[in-house]
This record gives sequence, C-alpha cells and structure tokens, in this order.
Amino acid sequence: MNNFLAWIEQRLPVMEAMNKHVVQYPAPKNFNFWYFFGSLAMLVLVNQILTGIWLTMNYEPSGDGAFASIEYIMRDVDYGWLLRYMHSTGASAFFVVVYLHMFRGLMYGSYQKPRELLWIFGMLIFLVLMAEAFMGYLLPWGNMSYWGAQVIISLFGAIPVVGEDLATWIKGDYVISGATLNRFFALHVIALPLVLVILVFLHILALHEVGSNNPEGTSIKKPKGSVKPEEISKFKYHKQYSEKYDIVDAIPFHPYYTVKDIMGVAGFLILFCWVMFFAPEGGGYFLEAPNFTPANGLKTPEHIAPVWYFGPFYTILRVIPDKLIGMIMMFAAIGVLFALPWFDRGTVKSVRYRSKWHLLNLTQFAICFIVLGILGTMPASDTANLIGVIASFGYFGFFVAIWFYSKNENTKPVPERIIK
Amino acid sequence: MSNAPVDNGRRRFLTAATSVVGGVGVVGVAVPFIGSWNPSARAKAAGAPVEVNVGKIEPGQLVRAEWRGKPVYVVRRTEKIVADLGNHEAQLRDPNSEEPQQPEYAKNAHRSINPEIMVALGVCTHLGCAPTHHKGDFEQHVAGVTDGFFCPCHGSKFDMAGRVFSGVPAPTNLMVPEHSFPKADTLLIGVAPGEA
Repeated sequence: MNNFLAWIEQRLPVMEAMNKHVVQYPAPKNFNFWYFFGSLAMLVLVNQILTGIWLTMNYEPSGDGAFASIEYIMRDVDYGWLLRYMHSTGASAFFVVVYLHMFRGLMYGSYQKPRELLWIFGMLIFLVLMAEAFMGYLLPWGNMSYWGAQVIISLFGAIPVVGEDLATWIKGDYVISGATLNRFFALHVIALPLVLVILVFLHILALHEVGSNNPEGTSIKKPKGSVKPEEISKFKYHKQYSEKYDIVDAIPFHPYYTVKDIMGVAGFLILFCWVMFFAPEGGGYFLEAPNFTPANGLKTPEHIAPVWYFGPFYTILRVIPDKLIGMIMMFAAIGVLFALPWFDRGTVKSVRYRSKWHLLNLTQFAICFIVLGILGTMPASDTANLIGVIASFGYFGFFVAIWFYSKNENTKPVPERIIK
Repeated sequence: MSNAPVDNGRRRFLTAATSVVGGVGVVGVAVPFIGSWNPSARAKAAGAPVEVNVGKIEPGQLVRAEWRGKPVYVVRRTEKIVADLGNHEAQLRDPNSEEPQQPEYAKNAHRSINPEIMVALGVCTHLGCAPTHHKGDFEQHVAGVTDGFFCPCHGSKFDMAGRVFSGVPAPTNLMVPEHSFPKADTLLIGVAPGEA
C-alpha cells in the first residue's frame, strides 16, 4: 500500500497538496461563528451540482415541455420532489451563506491589502451566482419565471442604440420563448457551473497564498526570526508557510477547523432540512405563487417580485425613475463592492479596532441592505419609493463615507498577537 | 540543431504575424457562436403580420391580438374619449409623441391612422409588463381622466392614446406597431400602409 502511495506521489503530489492546503495549512486560532460560511457555501455548491445533475435527468428544456416536466418530477418521479426542493432551497441557502460570508469580510476587513484579489474572485463568484440563479429561475417556465426574465432582459433594451437588438439577441426571439429557455438551460447547467467551480478553486488558492484573516485583523505570519522560538506555533506547517515566516497563534486547518466546520454543517443542515421539509416554498419568497401557473406572455402577474436575494438590487433599479440610469445604478451597486478594497484607504482591518464612525457606517450599510431587500419583494408605492431612495443613498453612502474617513481614521491600537 | 545566430527581428515578425493570424481566426470562430443566438428562421417566420376585424369591436371595447408573441391592444375609442385626449396634455411626459415610439404616419394627436381605432403594444415601456385597461374608472389613478391604462407592476399610467403620464417609471409612450387598413374594417398589424 505504502509503495503504491509513493508511486502515485512521485507522479502526482497528492499528499503534498493535501498537506499544503488542509493538514498543514496554518489558520488563525480565533475563528468565530462568522467563519462557518465559507465551508457552508462549498457544501451548498456541492448540493446544487449533485441535485442539479439529477434534475436534468427528468427535466425537459423546451417551451412546451418544461412546466409539465417539473410537475412530472414533483409527482411521478421517485424522490423527485425531494431533489427539486433540495435544489430550490439550496439556491436560497446559497445566497444566505454567501451574504453572511461577504458581511464577515466587511466586518473584519478581509478585503483589504493583501487580500484584494481574493475579494475580487469572491465578487466574481457572487456575480456568476446571481447569473446562475437568474437563469435557473426561468427553467420551471412558470409565469413568474417568464415575467421576471422579461423584466430583466428588457433592461438591456435601455442601452442606447444597440439596446433593442441586444435584447432580441439575448432572447433569440422577439419575445421570451422556448429559444430563450433552451439557451438559459445550457448556460445554467454547463457554462456557468464550470466557471463557478474554477472561480471557487482560484478563490481558495488566492486565500492560501495570502493566508486567512481573522476577527482581530492581526497577521499570524511574522517576519522570519522576529519571534522567540518558544512563542512560535508548535504545530507542523507546510514548509511553504513555515520557511518564509514565523507562524504564531495558529492551528492546522485539519483537524481543528474541519471539526469546527462539521459542527457548523450540522447546525446548518438542521435549519436547511427544516425549510426543505416544512416550508419548501419559503412562505412564497423561495418559490413564488405565480410560478405554479405556466408561463403566459399575455398575462402579467399582479405584482412581479424578484426572488428575495435579488431584492436589494431590484429596489435600487426601480426607485430611479429613469430606466437607463436605474439599470446603471443597479449594476453600480455591485460594481462598488468590487472596488471596496480601494474605497477603504485604512490599514486597520477589524471593526473591533476601527473608529466609531466605521462601526456606525457598517451598521447603517447592513440596515439599508436589509431594507432594500424587503422593499424589493413588496409592491411599489409612494412610501416604499421614498424609503427605497433613502436606503439607496445609505447603500452608496457607505462607500463614499469610508473613502473619506478611512484616510485619517481614529483607530485603536491593534494587538500584535491574538490574545482574545 | 543549427548554430546560426538568432535573428530577433525575424523572430518578432513571425511572432506578430502568427498572433495576428491567430487573432483573426479567433474572431472568425466567434462568428457562428454569436450568430447562433440570433432569432432563428422559424422565429422570424412567426413574426408575420396579424389581421384583426375591427368591425366587430364595440365602442369603448378593448381587443387583444397577438403579434410576434406580444399583446397588441386594439381599442375602438368613443368620440368622447377622442375628444378628451386633448384635455390632460399638461400631465403627459411626451404629449406630442416626439419620441420615436410610433411610425411617422401615427405621429398625430390620436397616435393612429384611424382616430377611432387605437393600436398599441400592451407592453409597458418600463419593464415590459402588460398595463390594465381602466374603462371609465381611471380617476382613481389620475384625477379628471376617466379612461386609461395602469401598469400593475410599478404603477406607470398611460392615456387612451398610449401616452405616458409624467412622474411614473415608464420613460416613453406605448409602442405603436406598424399597421394599416387594407379594407375598411380590417386592421393589419405589422404592415405599414402602402406596403405589401
């Protein structure tokens, strides 16, 4: 057996890679609750890929057959209902964990130097995830699928000169039709998942290159020779890390964080299964009521609402009376997140050691994001519009404010070592 | 292996030439991939014109026709509605139809060929929802205007010529499709007068 493993190792260094990225990867010892969501996102990704493959076995990607094939999956295929609910609940769960994962990054400054590229890969994952969710939502070919896609694709029509032609090109028809459904299916099951997996791989590689941040925002990698030998972490780390740095306050990812993450997985799965078995429609927020009737291009649902996870961006789109500017601002809302590492000119990472202004700014940002999300699922009204405008200002204001105060911020001294 | 000295100029030229030819190849290969996303011949054929018999429409009644998969609203306006069109022009965003949302021959006060017959796509110019026709009970949305269209999605409002009211999300008037009357009571949607 050992000979066999050695034979493989000489030809493909599997154990070497395992050591570098799992068994001998130094992780800060103070990861808290907020550090569950990276591994949970990977768990959900695996769930989506597996259940997705199984759903394609009975799904029929055509304008005539799609809606009926979903009913077939739900009623006639053994465990079809379970596989579909795993997939639909997984879609919402994906956004729950990703939003929490991103907020963790905001709180502890995990996007700051030297982790800018890591953050950008994360944002690209978020972007692809949104495209994936949007295209996936068309596939059941329900009336909300249809009109939701109609609303979003017609946005491209607002682009001057080429807009209308571009929208027709995306649809492959003058209206959303079976042609649109088929191409969305292809992108949803092949193209985007492939891109997503590659981006996740790069996200993790970039993370392991610069190392994990932590709630204190202090580095666990000290310059070689700067730490007393008895204070260097006693665990064995891969030489890529230990030869370049003195590593302090760290523990190996495996077994310490694998065990911790399993704990998170257990808690997550309890909640996930509760939703999946007892409230798979998520009260109309995960699967919307009009989607239980087939797509009908002549009948708009009473109130077109996006699925909850698009709420914040949808509200920004619709509170702006001009279609083109609304669309630009909606995409800008995602764009500014990409640029966050450069909006924040501070060097102190964790909110624990930053100014009161930063805490206040971060809090108002979180509140505005949630308010925008709630408004996005509600019908339009004058009051909702006004609140939406205020919350949009709060959203973009976060980035403007951080740019101003972070230059000369009144921060607290950051401890050299992790003591908490 | 040859021991001749390296000719850097020649090497640069060959690298550049190969890159350019390769780049042209990539562009060429992209053509079918991008082109295949255009509407297919079948989809284009489905965009053929549609006939509506307007003789059977009661005054004030709205009839929906389907053209290129989109709903087309055809309304026989009463004389009162046509007369009222001029009364609320101050509240409209584009009362004189300056935006190219209609063929030239429909750029008039009633935005149609025949003042009695309104023809417009029932597709809100905001985000493509279908506005609801309010016959006689539009005053709940705009005071003093009895008839109109209200979009349930984001509250856009249009009058009985498909003109948009100001202060709503929809940017432009409802689209008026090409249309003509080959016979007095036959409306042909998708073909301009004198064509075909």
